[in-house]
Amino acid sequence: MSDKHTEIDAHSGVETTGHTWDGIKELNNPLPRWWLIVWYISIAWAFIYMVLMPAIPALPGFGGTNTPGVLGLSDRTLVAEKVVAMNAERSVASQRLMAASLTEIQNDLNLQQFAMAMGESAFGDNCATCHGAGGRGAKGYPMLADDIWLWSGTLDGIEQTLRHGIRHEGDDATRFSAMPAFGRDKLLTSSEIDDLVQHVLSFSDRDTDASAAAQGSTIFAVQCASCHGVNAKGDRNIGAPDLTDAEWIFGGEPADITASISNARNAHMPAWQDRLDDPTIKALALYVHSLGGGE
Amino acid sequence: MSTVTKPRSSVSGSIASVATLVAIACLGALLIAANAVDPLMEAHAWVFFFLTAFALVAIGIWAGGLQGRNPFDETYYEDTIVKFGVAAAMFWGIAGFLVGLIIALQLTWPGLFYFPDLGWTNFGRLRPLHTSAVIFAFGGNVLIATSFYVVQRTSRTRIAGGLWPWFVFWGYNLFIVIAGTGYLMGVTQSREYAEPEWYADLWLTIVWVAYLLVFLGTLWKRKEPHIYVANWFYLSFIVTIAMLHIVNNLAVPVNLSGSKSYSLFAGVQDALTQWWYGHNAVGFFLTTGFLAIMYYFIPKRAQRPVYSYRLSIVHFWSLIFIYIWAGPHHLHYTALPQWAQTLGMTFSIMLWMPSWGGMINGVMTLSGAWDKLRTDPVVRMMVVSLAFYGMSTFEGPLMSVRAVNALSHYTEWGIAHVHSGSLGWVGFISFGALYCLTQWLWKRPALYSKNLVEWHFWLATIGIVFYIVALYFAGIIEGLMWRAYNEYGFLEYSFIETVEAKHINYMIRALGGGMYLMGAIVMAYNLVRTALGHGAAAGVVEPAPMTAAKLQPAE
Amino acid sequence: MGLFQKHQALERHSLLLTVGILLVVAVGGIVEIAPLFYLENTIEKVKGMRPYTPLELTGRNIYIREGCYTCHSQMVRPLRDEVERYGHYSLAAESMYDHPFQWGSKRTGPDLARLGGKYSDEWHVDHLRDPRSVVPESVMPPYAFLSDNIVHFEDIGDHLKTLRFEGVPYSDEMIENAKADLVAQADPNADYDDQDALVARYEAAAGRKGTVIVGDYDGDPSRVTEMDALVAYLQMTGTLVDFSTYEADDLSNRR
Ligand code: HEC
Ligand code: HEC
Ligand code: HEC
Ligand code: HEM
Ligand code: HEM
Ligand SMILES: [Ca+2]
Ligand SMILES: [Ca+2]
Ligand SMILES: [Cu+2]
Repeated sequence: MSDKHTEIDAHSGVETTGHTWDGIKELNNPLPRWWLIVWYISIAWAFIYMVLMPAIPALPGFGGTNTPGVLGLSDRTLVAEKVVAMNAERSVASQRLMAASLTEIQNDLNLQQFAMAMGESAFGDNCATCHGAGGRGAKGYPMLADDIWLWSGTLDGIEQTLRHGIRHEGDDATRFSAMPAFGRDKLLTSSEIDDLVQHVLSFSDRDTDASAAAQGSTIFAVQCASCHGVNAKGDRNIGAPDLTDAEWIFGGEPADITASISNARNAHMPAWQDRLDDPTIKALALYVHSLGGGE
Repeated sequence: MSTVTKPRSSVSGSIASVATLVAIACLGALLIAANAVDPLMEAHAWVFFFLTAFALVAIGIWAGGLQGRNPFDETYYEDTIVKFGVAAAMFWGIAGFLVGLIIALQLTWPGLFYFPDLGWTNFGRLRPLHTSAVIFAFGGNVLIATSFYVVQRTSRTRIAGGLWPWFVFWGYNLFIVIAGTGYLMGVTQSREYAEPEWYADLWLTIVWVAYLLVFLGTLWKRKEPHIYVANWFYLSFIVTIAMLHIVNNLAVPVNLSGSKSYSLFAGVQDALTQWWYGHNAVGFFLTTGFLAIMYYFIPKRAQRPVYSYRLSIVHFWSLIFIYIWAGPHHLHYTALPQWAQTLGMTFSIMLWMPSWGGMINGVMTLSGAWDKLRTDPVVRMMVVSLAFYGMSTFEGPLMSVRAVNALSHYTEWGIAHVHSGSLGWVGFISFGALYCLTQWLWKRPALYSKNLVEWHFWLATIGIVFYIVALYFAGIIEGLMWRAYNEYGFLEYSFIETVEAKHINYMIRALGGGMYLMGAIVMAYNLVRTALGHGAAAGVVEPAPMTAAKLQPAE
Repeated sequence: MGLFQKHQALERHSLLLTVGILLVVAVGGIVEIAPLFYLENTIEKVKGMRPYTPLELTGRNIYIREGCYTCHSQMVRPLRDEVERYGHYSLAAESMYDHPFQWGSKRTGPDLARLGGKYSDEWHVDHLRDPRSVVPESVMPPYAFLSDNIVHFEDIGDHLKTLRFEGVPYSDEMIENAKADLVAQADPNADYDDQDALVARYEAAAGRKGTVIVGDYDGDPSRVTEMDALVAYLQMTGTLVDFSTYEADDLSNRR
């Protein structure tokens, strides 16, 4: 620096630039060498990378695209290749899975483990949100890890449920039935419903008001037995649940049961055949089948 | 560069012009309040109206009481405004850290810290409140206060613009109030770090232009021949934030008296504009602005010359040039065309050394005064902040490498990175500056208690370590779990298992955040006692007259 | 050394310094952002994209208001695990009408880009009311109040108009009928003609059938609540593009 006011800093022996701001001075140290070298390396590396990969956009009117990069790599092509490779890797086992019957699978340990791994994996992000981790269920969403089945507990039956869903709009083969909303649609009075609740509670040996339950029992025979059966054991053809066990989809408190009878839940389960591929659905059916009491 | 004091007319001129602008805003707010099409706009317009009306009355009373006295005496520095800035920063800082702690607790114990009846306290509304409170309310007030202090001292002149600096300070804080209350009411554009709606954005634009003019005006009438490096950094911060703010907030309101607007750009263009902004909010708000603080307060407190003038020049220009390009590293592997991602990544790598230039210049300034690390906890705080700055600007380029980002993006790793940068770098350098400013502005020989500074230092440092270590682990575990495959080639974990896996890390983070907050409270206590002149702060140091430093001849 | 000498000019003239800074910081943004508006390969050519229906748009605004983007991304990256977990990677075309975009930056919760149709309406209502009632490990906030808030949609037509000004292809018909369309979509018992008209309008824009769903989203057909709107929006995310006709390998779609 040609500055006339420079001085030498006593501690470091380096020249200052000769300016002072509110008592602050500056030393005129050179750029640290290592710093400069590392910087140059990073710049060189960056430019090489820009040559190798898509990087420079065209000016307007010059081709409407960008430099594709010498390597010609693209994320989208790469992931497509990976998915193809992944499917190829699975294809042998998947094909065997699709062809095998339940007993065949049960007798083939490798195939069974493959199917379980596949099913468990798909279950976690698609089904557990409703049916809970491991199929433990949640209020409004039936437990799958037991031997109580609404529609079907056989492998084919479960697969049918998964493919087409339950009360899923837009799928003609969906499992369908509709319990009337006895309260909301004024088919029964609220005192009749109260009586019914007592009657329903009595199936599972809960404390009930005996006279109300008796009243309810006559209504039940007329209104409910057609679906839930005369002894309230349910009907799998229409997905009508067994009311005599201690398991409740929508809750077993009197208020819950009142709500079920008044509003009819008629819950929906989505159809999965458009979202998941065939082997995954079969594997899921096997997995669900294995959780509790597959039939 | 004349040294003549301004004529009287310009004094009343600045008061009149500020009052006119505030009056226009006040009337505009009234008009909107009366015609508001939605209750949110109505509420905000009334807030605006009452606060600006209050300001007008205050200006009137104050101006009436002047009785011919020149309130903007050119032979004195304007320090009162800096004192207000220090208080505001401390207040918003604690508020912002507290909200941070609350949202950390919400993620840890959702059953306890969510209130179904108080939907406005949900995470989605409090998180922007936290980020804006710490970055813009705390950080912004630190930047405004220090820039006003530093530009006056290093230009050896009173701040320009008469009443306008006050407009900047109060106008900015009004913006903060509008932004913060807006988030709670559900007014947001969802643009990260730019969430306030169009009318708040417009107001901030006015305030920011005033800020730029006040700052430039002060440089303009400086009595030093050269502009000090801290002011280059402040200037780049102010200019660039203006550019970023205006472009990123381009939006069309549905109704001029309604709160809702639709961003002008859509989809991929909107995303890149937003992250061009978002990344450079980091680059120019949280980096160049705070580097400016570093360039004044470290040499001043350590009483050593800045290490290298040449490094200052090279790292300044390369930093601001390269920073702007790095935005696309927030959009790796998204639907943003890959060429833009490449540019974002490569420029981030090239940004590493320019960033470290600031750290080197700061740390090496201490050579010859290393003992101060031991004896002065305030200096130690500022040096540790540089260490965190170095760490996060090394980590940043690393995370910008696409293969690394594929793992780190969307995870807690990002949050750990953010908080090592913000708690460590932004927080500590700010604390250092606030300790210095309080002592210097209130003209105390020392801080009330050095011991409490030690307490603050250790609480905050350990707090940060808890925070970031817990989240680095959480982030990497989560990232690995998302892509883990079982032996048959199927995804090993469901999403919810990755949520569960972070629970303990969340607990440690909340603990760390709590310690950091405690430290800040200790600091606030210490600052108040210092200002009051208690303990070691007793006694007033005679101020050195502003003209003491010799005017240097221009070469 | 010469360069450092020259720098003194900038140190001594504040305006020169300001202009210098402005020039230096303007470059990167211009080079990166401007081409996105004119390069032909920025947005893929796809079938099925249409503007949001008034109810979906209202829901989207609630999504923004509640800050769902602070926890949820809507951007499936082209990585093997993500396309397996969430479905086809997201295209730029899928957010071409999104003012503003909602890609997100943090996944505290899962990606929602392909959520549409995955769960039932009831599940969404249950989950939004009290996430932990269905997913005990969840850390998501409860949004029960959405079911109590009636949607105010008097000015929904102005919203569509604003968006049209910004380039979203809403037709005059869509703007005129915005209010009726909003109600029709949330009420399965509404006038069938209204519903058919809504579906026809938006399916025509999509050039594809089956992209407009009418339903009683919140379980209360008597009124249109914020819950209706939000669930309607969630149920359509990521369902528009017809991937059976999308050619990923086409040169114009490779970037
Ligand atoms: C949106 C929530 C939801 C999701 C997701 C869901 N289900 Fe269901 N599922 C239900 C409901 C509700 C029922 C009960 C319907 C009824 O009441 O008839 C059900 C019933 C079933 C049944 C019939 C049980 C029986 O007893 O017959 C099976 C099997 C089943 N689900 C398996 C699955 C599998 C496997 C998946 C994932 C691919 C899945 N579910 C995803 C809601 C869901
Ligand atoms: C048309 C057939 C039908 C009739 C009639 C009917 N139900 Fe149902 N009921 C069902 C079906 C199907 C379900 C399961 C609904 C679901 O899974 O969403 C069900 C569910 C229930 C449940 C809930 C069970 C649980 O686990 O939570 C109760 C309680 C119930 N019914 C009681 C009654 C009573 C009492 C009546 C008579 C007043 C009645 N039902 C009449 C078909 C019927
Ligand atoms: C505090 C973070 C947080 C916020 C805010 C949040 N969520 Fe979530 N969300 C989660 C978590 C964690 C999960 C996964 C667990 C679960 O299913 O609840 C989730 C899951 C979901 C799911 C299920 C996705 C799937 O594929 O399983 C939907 C839908 C959803 N959230 C919608 C929303 C909406 C809409 C909002 C805003 C109104 C919102 N979330 C706000 C954290 C959040
Ligand atoms: C007491 C101290 C603090 C605590 C407990 C805290 C806590 C949090 C939490 C819980 C989040 C949300 C993370 C998520 O979404 O998963 C967050 C986000 C954030 N915080 Fe803090 N914070 C603190 C201090 C700060 C400070 C001082 C700053 C800045 C100066 C800051 C800047 C941010 C930013 C920028 C984000 C958003 C990050 C992103 O979007 O990636 N925080 N903080
Ligand atoms: C050379 C310097 C830096 C580079 C290259 C860099 C790089 C990055 C990258 C790649 C991300 C994206 C993470 C993701 O979403 O995948 C990120 C996020 C972030 N960084 Fe940095 N970083 C740097 C310095 C800093 C510093 C010093 C701070 C704080 C003061 C900081 C604050 C943030 C914030 C707040 C985010 C979160 C943005 C969001 O998603 O909301 N960064 N950074
Ligand atoms: Ca904004
Ligand atoms: Ca409704
Ligand atoms: Cu960045």
